[in-house]
Amino acid sequence: MLEPSTSAAIDPNSVRKVVAVKAPQDVAWRVFTERMGAWWPLATYKIGKANAVDAVVEPRVGGRWYERGDDGSTCDWGRVLAWDPHSRLVLSWDISADWQPDPILNTEIEVRFIAEGKDRTRVELEHRRLDRFGARRDEMRRIFDTEGDWGRLLESFARLAAAT
Amino acid sequence: MATYAERALDALGDPTRRLIFKRLRAGARSVGQLAHGMDVTRPAVSQHLKVLKQARLVVDRPQGARRLYAVDTRAIAALRQWLDGFWDQTLVAFKQAAEREAAERKA
Repeated sequence: MLEPSTSAAIDPNSVRKVVAVKAPQDVAWRVFTERMGAWWPLATYKIGKANAVDAVVEPRVGGRWYERGDDGSTCDWGRVLAWDPHSRLVLSWDISADWQPDPILNTEIEVRFIAEGKDRTRVELEHRRLDRFGARRDEMRRIFDTEGDWGRLLESFARLAAAT
Repeated sequence: MATYAERALDALGDPTRRLIFKRLRAGARSVGQLAHGMDVTRPAVSQHLKVLKQARLVVDRPQGARRLYAVDTRAIAALRQWLDGFWDQTLVAFKQAAEREAAERKA
């Protein structure tokens, strides 16, 4: 479902993803920003101690990006660095390599919504400044990037391991 | 350089450690409780726990005179993230939600 990146050179400090979405640009933008809690895989990708029930992006530059737990607690993921409705969003990702909040980490996620006709949107995501993970940059880059067949192979191993 | 996830998978490559890990998923246990009903000695269980702890799959805490071992849920999350590819999985979930929304508007 995801297209391979078009750029041949691999930037060690950045991960790029492109996804073609059969939805108008404004719908894609709204689902991404206003309804993140409805699609973000909160069961696995959450940071706080409580069970996460929502993911929220405050709709303004300087706004918080956070998860909300079932006990009402919140846990910051980052900040809104750019807010250009329907076309471009930049968030900081302030989660350490140990998956703990780190307000000064400041890696960046840029998401571009490019209309391709009235019912199609090309969504480009770049997670950059991974050098801020320091010695654990390469490890984190592998986590954020796809693992392809290698990942699937290990997944079946993990399933086998769980069933043993 | 092995990642935490790779170390975790290596540690789970041993069937006895997988069994110990599986038992801990049901709740925290002491070495004695873990060894009970297993075909291994308590020192052997301790040794396996040490490997699981080094792989960051298991955490321990003192409780009275003994130690209780439990699964480190952060390790499980890291393992899943590594297996799935963080942004691929997240963007596929987004794509599905946006397309569902677009289809509902059309209907």
